[in-house]
Amino acid sequence: MTFRNEFFEKNAIFLLIGTLITVAIGGIIEVLPVFTIETTVEHVEGMRPYTPLELRGRDIYIREGCYLCHSQQIRALRDEVERYGHYSIAAESMYDHPFQWGSKRIGPDLARVGGKYSNDWQYAHLKNPEEMVPESLMPRYAFLQETPLQIFDIADRMKTMRDIGVPYTDEDIANAQVDLLAQANPNADQTKLLARYPKAVTVSGNGEPTEMDALVAYLQMMGTLVNFADTNTERLRQ
Amino acid sequence: MAEAAAASPPIEYNMDVVKKFIIASIFWAIVAFLVGVYIAAELTWPWLNPGSWLNFGRLRPVHTSAAIFAFGGSALLGTSFFVVQRTCRARLFGGKALADFVFWGYQFFIVMAALSYVMGYSQSREYAEPEWHIDLWLTIVWVAYLVVFLGTIMKRQEEHIYVANWFYLAFIVTVAMLHIGNNIALPISLFSAKSYSVYAGVQDAIVQWWYGHNAVGFFLTAGFLGMMYYFIPKAANRPVYSYRLSVVHFWTLIFLYIWAGPHHLHWTALPDWTQTLGMAFSIMLWMPSWGGMINGIMTLSGAWDKLRTDPGLRFSVTAVGFYGMSTFEGPVMSIRQVNALSHYTDWTIGHVHSGALGWVAFITFGAIYYIVPVLWNRKALYSTRLASWHFWIATLGIVLYIVSMWVAGIMQGLMWRAYDQYGFLQYSFVESVVAVHPYYVVRLLGGLFFLSGALIMVYNLIQTVRSPTTELPREPLISTRPAVAVAVPVAGE
Repeated sequence: MTFRNEFFEKNAIFLLIGTLITVAIGGIIEVLPVFTIETTVEHVEGMRPYTPLELRGRDIYIREGCYLCHSQQIRALRDEVERYGHYSIAAESMYDHPFQWGSKRIGPDLARVGGKYSNDWQYAHLKNPEEMVPESLMPRYAFLQETPLQIFDIADRMKTMRDIGVPYTDEDIANAQVDLLAQANPNADQTKLLARYPKAVTVSGNGEPTEMDALVAYLQMMGTLVNFADTNTERLRQ
Repeated sequence: MAEAAAASPPIEYNMDVVKKFIIASIFWAIVAFLVGVYIAAELTWPWLNPGSWLNFGRLRPVHTSAAIFAFGGSALLGTSFFVVQRTCRARLFGGKALADFVFWGYQFFIVMAALSYVMGYSQSREYAEPEWHIDLWLTIVWVAYLVVFLGTIMKRQEEHIYVANWFYLAFIVTVAMLHIGNNIALPISLFSAKSYSVYAGVQDAIVQWWYGHNAVGFFLTAGFLGMMYYFIPKAANRPVYSYRLSVVHFWTLIFLYIWAGPHHLHWTALPDWTQTLGMAFSIMLWMPSWGGMINGIMTLSGAWDKLRTDPGLRFSVTAVGFYGMSTFEGPVMSIRQVNALSHYTDWTIGHVHSGALGWVAFITFGAIYYIVPVLWNRKALYSTRLASWHFWIATLGIVLYIVSMWVAGIMQGLMWRAYDQYGFLQYSFVESVVAVHPYYVVRLLGGLFFLSGALIMVYNLIQTVRSPTTELPREPLISTRPAVAVAVPVAGE
């Protein structure tokens, strides 16, 4: 049987369907298995959904386009591991809707920036990066500290996340605002917050959370959840 | 069909919508280049970031969307309506109203998208930043576009569908598939513009780059190849070099491109098998790409002399040259070991711009220089000399841009992985930031050159339409190409 392009060339519908089938094949063979192969996302200890404040911080990270200059994906290369820490694993972004791996490093990778600097450093740096790093190219984000954080819809955000697979419990959602306010206030009682969200970092707000409080809370947890002492390369095999 | 063709009166094409798209495309070109120059300046002198709305992070999607969807998209939609009517000998299907809906609907999409980025709404999916409500709107417009285009093909008076239309059609249907697949998201409420992608982490990454790379493959390649297959043969007044090569080019290109996405995710948490598959197909993609390049360039066989006299054609052919260069560079960068060095660096930015400026913008400029005199019934461009100036200034701009980004990118990659004699990392990150500063200045200069060239084009085109010297003497002809080139004898034969 010989291929005759006339078949497609003389019939618009055949051309349309032929094209659609041709372009669908690659996606079906290459993309779908990433959803179905069970070992694609490793089983590790420590991953939890974002706290309400971290989630709002992440929204701001997305809104400001931080991903355009900062990756969140340490590649499995010697120099990257030495510079930034353990290479990123798929499990670490399992609750990231959408993912924030990025594609460009105008600034450094942030996958494990959590805990690397103090809260004070993060606030000062966001306000005026050149004050902390004179050579920095980063824009100033002082306005985040003057902008009160919108929190009335935090439960909606968490419910939406639950609808698409993030395991927030009813209790998590019912306490969304309480937890958010607690994390943004060093004088508040953190016990319940930490019980629900281990390793959550309290930021240095004054009880009336700003957008910068949320962003710092997000930055300070990045890459800190998985306990790498408890795992090894064999168990991380995909 | 055949008898209708023989007896039918001349068809009254809908050229009004084509004109609108061409004007929009030129307008958005200036916007895209201007924003590009500004954000390049922000990266050179960070104090240019004003502090919120116009910070780099919010403006960068304005630049990419303006370049790809507004400038490139308007040019593609406009030329596809031009080409499909002429090559099918049929007026646009669906009447004037539907065609106008596609135009205004698409422009509305662009304005909404750009405003939403600066106001702080973004899905953070590269080249698919608009939020869910804008995505839904684009879907409606796109379906209308498909109906107009396919409907026109179906009522054609030609037996065969011309090759340019295969590429335009593949661009339309594949972009529809990618757009829908990549943008499935759940809004936090019906009254909020904010949504979350239904995919997470590694799955989200592979879906996004399945989309992202094929935005390059089908929006920025297949669509513009449609342009190449019509405007180069027309301007050169030669048939396409090889029909057989077009067939092979078409089917292999669309089959292979879809697989190439994972090369954006080398060495990441994406499973190795997917990376390897993506790399293998990216390398294979070199072949159809160069097949297409050869088909475009060899179409000039016997008409090479026209490069001297027709700056529009010079743009088109140089575009195909840049296409060949970027589609060679791409497979090289998709090799995992090369990617280890190039990824996350400015080399990628340089590569993108050799494609976007050298291929997409140049093939569009070529088409615009051809189409404007035809659409407005002018006998020729106002000034061939100005078009020539545009060509050389823009070419110089591209060279400055891509060379500075090669140097900056390779330097960043080498500095990040350099070790000193004691086995420690030699440079802190910020040292690589300082080191690339001079190259960012050169890049900015390249962008300014490119923008200046485009402004010359705008002046030239306005004068072409307005100046009495370009008016046709008598009844408008079907072809309004300058006749000068035909008179030049073919040297050496």
